[in-house]
Amino acid sequence: MNHRYSRHIALSEIGIEGQQKLTNARVLVVGAGGLGCPILQYLTAAGIGKIGIIDFDKIEISNLQRQILFDEKTIGENKALIAKKKLERLNGSIEIKAYPEQLTYQNAINYFKEYDIIVDGTDNFETRYLINDAAILTDKPLVYGAIYKFEGQVAVFNYKGGPSYRCLFPSPPKGEAIPNCNDLGVLGVLPGIIGTMQANEVLKIILGFGTVLSGKLLCYDALQMQIHTMILQKSITEINKIKSKREEFSRNKFSNELCNKNAPTIHIKEALLRNNIQLIDVRESHEMPFIKGDNILNISLKELKENLSKIQANKEVMIFCQSGYRSKKAVEILNKEGIYNCWSIEESAIEIANVLADNKLEINNKIDEKI
Amino acid sequence: MKLKIKYFGMLTEITQCTEEEIPLLKGKVQDVIRFLIHKYPLLENRDFKIAQNQIVVSNQATLTSEEIALLPPFSGG
Repeated sequence: MNHRYSRHIALSEIGIEGQQKLTNARVLVVGAGGLGCPILQYLTAAGIGKIGIIDFDKIEISNLQRQILFDEKTIGENKALIAKKKLERLNGSIEIKAYPEQLTYQNAINYFKEYDIIVDGTDNFETRYLINDAAILTDKPLVYGAIYKFEGQVAVFNYKGGPSYRCLFPSPPKGEAIPNCNDLGVLGVLPGIIGTMQANEVLKIILGFGTVLSGKLLCYDALQMQIHTMILQKSITEINKIKSKREEFSRNKFSNELCNKNAPTIHIKEALLRNNIQLIDVRESHEMPFIKGDNILNISLKELKENLSKIQANKEVMIFCQSGYRSKKAVEILNKEGIYNCWSIEESAIEIANVLADNKLEINNKIDEKI
Repeated sequence: MKLKIKYFGMLTEITQCTEEEIPLLKGKVQDVIRFLIHKYPLLENRDFKIAQNQIVVSNQATLTSEEIALLPPFSGG
């Protein structure tokens, strides 16, 4: 061990004792994309004893411009599993755990409990707020990073009683959904820079040296090569709001604030009792579990507007997604297009899959009747 | 005296600049926001926080500084 980490150990600020702290540390990285790849690579190289990787997504060729753990041979594979494989070649002496699934309100608390530090490398507000809230409820420091075209933000939240992401932005943006890097474009090196800064904060927290970026928001501009650091105030009210909702959390009642509160919702079992329904899955085609059937249309949220003609207006349209966020967005989109007989199904895709499996016969009969 | 305004992220697409100077205002932070929304109506539909002299403040805070930054949330990763 000493030879592998000799350049760390040679630093009097780290030494053998510091390296041992890294070995004992457990870090969970949510998202193995543009930010997650450099974060994971440096944490693995540094010898963090246990690293968790959560990502449900699969590798696409357009990811290779910035997601440096992947290559042409891994296209189509799950990001968390390939990242684990690649990182194990870099450092076989540490434990790497891959979770090829989506972080949800149901699993977040249990996963976070297994780790000392949580790192946010995700690409959407829904998961960012979920991570923030779960970090508060499990009392874990959160190393946050986010990017937009040529700019990035870095901060450490919930560190030794410091501010959280909600102290800065109490609730998700209400405006039009802000597109992610896939839709918008991003300078390839930018997540490399921001992710490396996040890895640096992780090391500082574990090693207990330097000044952790807590209570501050670092704003990086790659074009001007400028850094501005803003000071944040803690909002006890915002933090207590999360703490008081501990019970609702795992029951997925939180996500409602992210979306159209007016979107009517329905339970899957209730939806199946109706006579004339059409089910629409607005998830991306690769998301697990696959839910297919004669009566189920698979149209991803971003393709919904172009596929309105596929929706049978004479039926009651029941929409679902992975967690209930996108399905509410979909209802909103359809309402705007003049389709009002639609509902968002409250249950997650996994729960829906189970219910559908139990009811398979009934559903098929119902379709036969109507056709 | 002038008030220096800095814009970040997607806000620069509305303002077409990363910083500029506006006439010095008195009052609260929200008065600056009102002035800027008047100048750039599209800002009204955007979410952002204000930092005054590099300290993030509420819109009710009294204007004390010569430098205001508009910080939007980023979601990319």
